[in-house]
Amino acid sequence: MDSLYSKANSVLSPASPYAHNIAHLFWVTFWISVVVLVFVSAFVIFNIVRYRDRNQGGLPPQIHGNTAVEVTWTVVPFVILAVLFIMTVQSMEAVSPPKHPKTPPIQVDVIAHQWWWEFRYPDNKVVTANELHIPTGQSIELTLTSDDVIHDFWVPELGRKMDAVPAHPNKLVIQADRPGVYLGTCAEYCGAEHAWMRIRVYAQKPSDFQTWLAGQAQPHPAPTKIQQIVGMGFFTSACSSCHNITGSGTPGAQDVGPDLTHLADRETLAAGVLPNTPKDLRKWLEDPQAIKPGVHMPNLHLTSQQLDGLVAYLEEK
Amino acid sequence: MTQKSAAATPEHVAPQELPFPPLNRGWGWLAWFSTTDHKKIGILYIVTSLFFFGVGGIEALLIRIQLAAPNARVLTPAEYNAIFTMHGTTMIFLVVMPILIGLANFLVPLMVGARDVAFPRLNALGYWVFLLGGIVIYLALFTGSLANAGWFSYAPLSEYAFSSRPGMDYWIVGLIETGVGTIGAAVNLIVTTVRYRAPGMTWRRMPLFVWMMFITSLLILFALTPLNAGLIMLLGDRILHMHFFRANASGGSAILWQHIFWFFGHPEVYIMALPAFGIISEVIPVFSRKPIFGYNFVAGSGVAIGLLSFAVWVHHMFAVGLGVPLNAAFSGASMLIAVPTGVKIFNWSTTMFQGRIRLKTPLLFAAAFIIQFVIGGITGIMFAVVPIDWQLTDSYFVVAHFHYVLFGGTMFALWAGVYYWFPKFTGRLLHERLGKWHFWLAVIGFNMTFFVQHILGLIGMARRTYTYPNLPGYFALNLISTIGAFILAVSVLLFLWNLVWSFRKGEIAGDNPWDAWTLEWATTSPPPEHNFVRLPPVNSARPLFDLAHPEMADGISKRTEGHA
Repeated sequence: MDSLYSKANSVLSPASPYAHNIAHLFWVTFWISVVVLVFVSAFVIFNIVRYRDRNQGGLPPQIHGNTAVEVTWTVVPFVILAVLFIMTVQSMEAVSPPKHPKTPPIQVDVIAHQWWWEFRYPDNKVVTANELHIPTGQSIELTLTSDDVIHDFWVPELGRKMDAVPAHPNKLVIQADRPGVYLGTCAEYCGAEHAWMRIRVYAQKPSDFQTWLAGQAQPHPAPTKIQQIVGMGFFTSACSSCHNITGSGTPGAQDVGPDLTHLADRETLAAGVLPNTPKDLRKWLEDPQAIKPGVHMPNLHLTSQQLDGLVAYLEEK
Repeated sequence: MTQKSAAATPEHVAPQELPFPPLNRGWGWLAWFSTTDHKKIGILYIVTSLFFFGVGGIEALLIRIQLAAPNARVLTPAEYNAIFTMHGTTMIFLVVMPILIGLANFLVPLMVGARDVAFPRLNALGYWVFLLGGIVIYLALFTGSLANAGWFSYAPLSEYAFSSRPGMDYWIVGLIETGVGTIGAAVNLIVTTVRYRAPGMTWRRMPLFVWMMFITSLLILFALTPLNAGLIMLLGDRILHMHFFRANASGGSAILWQHIFWFFGHPEVYIMALPAFGIISEVIPVFSRKPIFGYNFVAGSGVAIGLLSFAVWVHHMFAVGLGVPLNAAFSGASMLIAVPTGVKIFNWSTTMFQGRIRLKTPLLFAAAFIIQFVIGGITGIMFAVVPIDWQLTDSYFVVAHFHYVLFGGTMFALWAGVYYWFPKFTGRLLHERLGKWHFWLAVIGFNMTFFVQHILGLIGMARRTYTYPNLPGYFALNLISTIGAFILAVSVLLFLWNLVWSFRKGEIAGDNPWDAWTLEWATTSPPPEHNFVRLPPVNSARPLFDLAHPEMADGISKRTEGHA
């Protein structure tokens, strides 16, 4: 479990031009702030030390103010902030989706749900959940919406965060310079399991990404072993009212719960709460409420046989 | 009498002669229920807030216990979510606002030299309606549910479809009531300030605390009314199947709720900050033995902040996706508000310059206020820099930011004010050594709890999560934060003990123990029901200074303005 989260996801270790731009702006603002803080703190502490009452009696000079000084400390911060404002607007444009891109960016539709992420690659008819795959070195345009309440897509190393609002599609552009896993999370409080609505972005070399995409576009592997056949049978009769598996013979397009086609290719279960191993999947199916209390998936009170079957079918490679 | 009160050695009164509560006319404790005296109502507000401070503080500790280690299961997600919702709601609506209003209730009439507020019965009504609201919010416990959509209760999460338990409805109704009560108090403070100032007290001779409370009261009037309207709309959505904020129903908009809420919510920040500025503007001059540096600029910057506070609300919504032009406009306005705030910081610290600083507890809290408030202020500017906000909003960085403003800022200012005015309220001084222990533990505990949260936000920890995976650094930093919270809790217990002990056994204060200069110190401690036997002449912002030093009264020394 901890190995899934051994990598930091810091705003200050940017891995995209967008996150770089923001980190740079952060450092500029940070150093201005440090100067202001050191100056004010030093002045306050100096005054306390230097002008502490030592029972010398009498009154200090009764100074009521000085207009020139007041104007100075009004105008100087104003000028600094004006410069910061210009930098802000420039950066805002730079990290927003370009209006006239040279090459059209790859499109991914992101639909947020309580408490999981649905990722759709509209050009390839691929649907996956919680783990987003992208090619390195190119901009990805995400169209964010929500199926229920407001959520927020945040992968700090790849770019800004953006709310996923019902009936208000938002465009967000991300990019990864280097292959790797980038961690993120839902950042807008969205109810009971807000904590376990995590995001994993897998940035792959474009060729690897294309291979992955082609693999995902295939139907789920057909069951071969008896247990897998039992599992598929149970899936189509019970699970398919909420979940879809392409190739299982269900109508498809159910997105009450995550699409489970090629589940075995994913590293985590239930938006990051468990690693994806047969043992953990069995534990999850046995009682989802014990692992992710409040999750919309009920405890189905499955028999041991049903559990074995489902695990075998779902984890089929 | 006035001559005496301005003298350096206070008049000593035997403890048994101190009436408390002041002149209760033989009604005993029942007098507290029937009173329309602004001083008693002020004390009622403050005692009520202290009770809720305990409740909100316990909630804070529960939050920190749950977050002390990764993947902890001390609280269930549902319990955690209700507790952080109630922590925010309690601290803002039932602690900070009422304690500030309580202080103002007690002090504003005294500081302007009035007998009472303009509408004493409205004042009493305001308190009791506020208290009713506070009780109603927690009455939801008897339904087995508490509000759990966060203190800003974003729709559609707060809608019936996603929060069907009745706790949300109690929360809405309770907040409407506290809002009504608070508006009553604000009307009173505005009219009292405009109509009941002592002869000679022009606007430019008004104590700065009164100035700041006057602006705050106007903000309350214009900010809490839209909140109440929004709450009624939300209640309509929930129980009458209306659809103001239900996204997919005809015409409803989830974002509309955010606009209404933050149109209240940002002025609300200044409703909680401006009175703190007022307290600091009283404490620092008195303990530096100098007049405030740049009175006009301190008062004027307060007005500027008040006006600008209604033009910055969208900076809470930069991540919503409202487009670059709108976000840029609100970014500019938010940066602009830093200018008058900076002016205040510079004026306070320059007031200390070349002073004769008496290092008493009120001044210690005021000095820590300045530094901690600057930290909260500069992280505030970071949030006005939109792209930084796009990274850090809704992370622990924002939690650190607003606790630096509201705890490191407002709460420390309130403590400065309590140590400063406690003698006026009760006739006794707070214990100085306990006060210093309280101060240092509070500084250590506060900074330990909240400074590390800046780093947690930078390394990607989202706020409002009931637990977190063991990402690098998360465990250690959260544990430090939790330990800090317990140190802070110890400091608060010392403070409460100091209040109880000093109320019974504290050193007798006399009329004017700090040798202060504003009118509240020209009467006995505690003041009689009618407040003043006779008012001193008001020829400047420091009438008692003029009395004590006729040879260098402010009217004369003002002519030498600008010369050190």
